[in-house]
Amino acid sequence: MNKQNKEPWFSAKNLKLIKNPLSKENPITVQVLGICSTLAVTAKMQPAIVMALGVTVVVAMSNLLCSLLRNTIPSRIRIIVQLVIVSLLVIIVDQILKAFVYEISKQLSVFVSLIVTNCIVMGRIEAFALSNKPVPSFIDGIGNGLGYGIILLVVSFIRELFGSGTLWGYNVVPQWLYEHGYSNNSLMIMPPMALIVVGLIVWAHRSRNKELCE
Amino acid sequence: MKIVRKFFDNLKPKVAKGSKFYWLHSTVEAFDSFAFVPKTTAKSGAHLRDAIDMKRAMSVVIVAVIPALLFGMYNVGYEHYLSHGQSMAEVGFWQTFWYGFLKVLPLIVVSYVVGLGIEFAFAQKRGHEVNEGYLVTGMLIPLICPPDVPLWQLALAVAFAVIIGKEIFGGTGMNFLNPALVARAFLFFSYPSQMSGDTVWIADKADAISGATALGEMMTGGVQPHYSILDMFLGFIPGCVGETSVVAILIGAAILLVTGIASWRIMLSVFVGGAAMGLTFNLLGSSTNAYMQLPFYYHFLMGGFMFGAVFMATDPVTSSQTNKGKYIYGLLIGIMAVLIRVVNPAYPEGMMLAILLLNVFAPLIDYFVVDSNIKKRAKRWKLVDGGHKDIN
Repeated sequence: MNKQNKEPWFSAKNLKLIKNPLSKENPITVQVLGICSTLAVTAKMQPAIVMALGVTVVVAMSNLLCSLLRNTIPSRIRIIVQLVIVSLLVIIVDQILKAFVYEISKQLSVFVSLIVTNCIVMGRIEAFALSNKPVPSFIDGIGNGLGYGIILLVVSFIRELFGSGTLWGYNVVPQWLYEHGYSNNSLMIMPPMALIVVGLIVWAHRSRNKELCE
Repeated sequence: MKIVRKFFDNLKPKVAKGSKFYWLHSTVEAFDSFAFVPKTTAKSGAHLRDAIDMKRAMSVVIVAVIPALLFGMYNVGYEHYLSHGQSMAEVGFWQTFWYGFLKVLPLIVVSYVVGLGIEFAFAQKRGHEVNEGYLVTGMLIPLICPPDVPLWQLALAVAFAVIIGKEIFGGTGMNFLNPALVARAFLFFSYPSQMSGDTVWIADKADAISGATALGEMMTGGVQPHYSILDMFLGFIPGCVGETSVVAILIGAAILLVTGIASWRIMLSVFVGGAAMGLTFNLLGSSTNAYMQLPFYYHFLMGGFMFGAVFMATDPVTSSQTNKGKYIYGLLIGIMAVLIRVVNPAYPEGMMLAILLLNVFAPLIDYFVVDSNIKKRAKRWKLVDGGHKDIN
């Protein structure tokens, strides 16, 4: 590694790497990556948050590792090398989830192992880590993981509230509402509604940031 | 009429640009062109295809659904008193109708207030005229709902249909799904326990008598619905407000066909498709699925097949535009509707899903029809001209 410029960890440039994915370069609403898992895991908040954390860890670590190895990986076989790194990390995350939050990991089922195929992971490695230094790459991974997480949080909040009448597993819709004929919206629990909610978020996002409109 | 004209003329300057009530200008505009044929007409563009303007066309559709609506109101009352063990003779015609009228009217009011409210807001925000498409949609939505759907659920469904089904694609004429069916699909998937099954169809049902619809009976393993063919034809069966009476719908179909608003190609091919699939199932038979033995014409009499074929599948915006495409589109709707009804145990009614599915495919069908036509002509041209290569 060349050590000529020592950038501080939280330089303006690095902070931007965290801030941009939260809004202007959001992996879900702007880059449109990782939609599959967004639709699959956001029916309840708990699994969504755990998933977001898992993805954040994997993106950050794989960005870091690939960035460290970026000058030694032959570019013709780089995808396979990246896959090995990502799978390794995903297996570790999977094992940790099984050890500490078994119930939630059961709910997430196959979607934890499917982090391997999450486009955000490969996308950030290809687009950022392979051409940047380890520290910014790591920060970029954190930023994109959080950007992914914030959308998951919003979507799962809406879906759990209207779909199950709960938040984080606790009942929030009062009983008298049910007695007056209110009922939960079961379309909200189905993945199609997640797509529509994400679409609405994209709509709101783009009408606020005009420069995002194509 | 002159007074009305004068009223609008007086109103116009009050909502002109820059005045205090500018935010109401599209509302005034909408009511004005509802009452009078607008002075300005489209002179060019892809949407110019007929001498009458869209509002008149929509009004004809409204007229066409009126028989189904009136009968639906009557039937709501009829089923109600029937389930309470009172016969027609005791209650009398007008009281029966009045009961149904009071049940259905709130549905229509909610549908129009919510739908038009959203429509007006979008028109104002985007600075264009209020689209007239909602006139028909707003009438169709109550007709394809069970009479006792909770009003707040209906309001939600209408909002969903107008915003997600229509406005985000650019409003009337740009939607690729039939908005009325989007509303119904929303209700169907959101509140399944209240939308289908045997507990919902009759307003205020007495507990003693089960009010299963014909489709519901078939789903639970009936060999034939216990309603007589005549009852199903006339419409004295439980079901959504407007869908039960085949006669009333046929009157509407006649109005639509005579005025040329709806395409006879689509209607015909939907029935042909449904009959073909029904007959196929009869031939196949099945020891486990008694539904397959049901004579094909029962499919036309039960549920929303008739209503869907006449009023939903023929929606000029969401159906195929080419003549050949219309045949394919209609056939597939008929086939899919019967297929879903018979084979899929989760969905008693296949018409809604079949039409929505084919709505999605309609542009693709058109694309292939147009494409094959282009290829055919290119070939012909090549034969005559002796082989120009660079035609597309």
